[in-house]
Amino acid sequence: METVLNFMQPMITRSGRSRRWWRILLAGYLFVAPWLLGFIIFTAGPMIASIVIAFMKWEVISTPEFVGLQNFVELFKDPLFRVSLYNTAFYTFLAVPLQLIVALLTAMLLNTKVRGIALYRTVYYLPSVTPVVASAMLWLWIFNPEFGLANALLERFGLPKQLWLLDPNLAKPAFIIMSLWGVGGTMVIFLAGLQGVPAELYEAASIDGAGALHRFRQITLPMLTPVIFFNLLIGLIDSFQIFSSVFIMTNGGPQNQTLFYVLYLYWNGFKYFQMGYASALAWVLFVIIMLFTLLQFRMSKRWVYYETDIGV
Amino acid sequence: MTAVNQKKTIQFGPEQQTTLVQVRRRRTRRQLLVRAVLYLVLTVIGLIMLLPLLWLISTSLKARGLEFTFPPQWIPDPVVWGNYHEALTILPFGRFFLNTITITLLSTLGSLLSASMVAFGFARIPFPGRRPLFVLLLSTLMLPYVVTLIPSFLLFKYLRWLDTFLPLIVPSFFGGSAFFVFLIRQFYATIPLDLDEAAEMDGAGYFRIWWSILLPLSRPVMATVVIFSFIWNWNDFLGPLIYINSLENFTLALGLAGFRSQHSARWNLLMAASTVVLIPVLVIFFVAQRYFIRGIVTSGLSGR
Repeated sequence: METVLNFMQPMITRSGRSRRWWRILLAGYLFVAPWLLGFIIFTAGPMIASIVIAFMKWEVISTPEFVGLQNFVELFKDPLFRVSLYNTAFYTFLAVPLQLIVALLTAMLLNTKVRGIALYRTVYYLPSVTPVVASAMLWLWIFNPEFGLANALLERFGLPKQLWLLDPNLAKPAFIIMSLWGVGGTMVIFLAGLQGVPAELYEAASIDGAGALHRFRQITLPMLTPVIFFNLLIGLIDSFQIFSSVFIMTNGGPQNQTLFYVLYLYWNGFKYFQMGYASALAWVLFVIIMLFTLLQFRMSKRWVYYETDIGV
Repeated sequence: MTAVNQKKTIQFGPEQQTTLVQVRRRRTRRQLLVRAVLYLVLTVIGLIMLLPLLWLISTSLKARGLEFTFPPQWIPDPVVWGNYHEALTILPFGRFFLNTITITLLSTLGSLLSASMVAFGFARIPFPGRRPLFVLLLSTLMLPYVVTLIPSFLLFKYLRWLDTFLPLIVPSFFGGSAFFVFLIRQFYATIPLDLDEAAEMDGAGYFRIWWSILLPLSRPVMATVVIFSFIWNWNDFLGPLIYINSLENFTLALGLAGFRSQHSARWNLLMAASTVVLIPVLVIFFVAQRYFIRGIVTSGLSGR
């Protein structure tokens, strides 16, 4: 098509045009070259390498040896793989919805126009800039069974003390509670979404005599669905890959109850030096996350409402 | 708006008896009540958010042994500032601090240069393949990091970069992060193209347009990138954990984690060290909050 058009044009313009075309091509790729190279070296290359390594037995110092599907076969027989997958799913499917609810409710609170609201916004957001190591130490201390803040709070309400991170049944919920404290990022995105809802819609609704709950269900929620969808997606991807806090706080204990997926992957890769097995684990998680993402996109057509096309 | 409605009800509504003043008073009373409840809820949640941090600072100032009281004491008595000195001398935190600063500064520099250059390419040069490449770039924002974890480690091991800062710095010079490219591109898109065209008339090439026209105009978005880059590098734990081995190359995050494994029962010192790691981030956040929030809002990413 392009060649035909070029052919039909007079020679001078054609050659002039094509020089400009080449200049643009060259300049464009020169400018994006850093990213393109980085993408190939640090993302695409490693991803492809990771598939290849997943079919190998490779203990870093040993020479890699092709073993076919062995890693994947082992994986499905590995009880710790199943435990880690279960723990991660348990955490993700409880933490993400709770995070979304808490973030949306706090965002709505912060969307009110009262004096001093900026200060409240800062305070609510503060926990999410805390370095993960510092917040891990802090929450380790809060969940301390003898002297921790969590038990002091329970005691205040006349409830029995808990072992928290040492209790196999409470360890995962403890991590969920901790994740709710750092919900600020999601909250700010919701806040931006709320501020983007046209005020005319609310005005029209209150003229029609709609109550607050009605307005929330008929206007706020539908207008926010793209933001909810986005936060849901990012929340799932993040939660599936929870690592640093667990590594520091419990390292999988008690009784493997906080052995989350990436922690198990880390053990295999950097403790047992099973590069092949760890890569197989990585790819299984990658496929799971991709499937969930695709599923979300598929389902989103039913509940996400886009007022206009959002252009990139 | 609602006030207008109210007046209408007064004029035409059934309650002809109530005067305007009475209604106003009732309204303000109700509004006051709503406002009071709102402030109460806001404050209670605000306290929940703040208490852990106050508890961190409180514990960090307690005398040895006094952190073990139940129910916990909020105001330390005596206030032991010496905890900070002790915590920071048990391990070479000065060294960790220098390491972290070095990594953070170089990595931020790399992100600024390369991300703004790449963003210019995507925003201003209509080269063939631009659209699919940009979609590719955006899709990497959602890529789970685990999938490149092992091979990246092997790559850096092959390059003999393990236990150096290079794995934590060099990737920043290759486009920084897709997040930064996106952020800057969105900003460039708001700068009128006329500027470029005028410069082109004067014979400026793309490089000149980028370097002397767009870059000087993009200070706000650069500030956002600096702040995100600073906080990410400062807070990063997994990267240093995997690539750094020897104590002298530790970052603050690694050092703090190492501190815990050595002195797990010294909570006051542990909290003091945590506070020290936390404070620079808080300062940056307070100083540059505006840019920070703008970054999140533009991109929809919070950079966890």
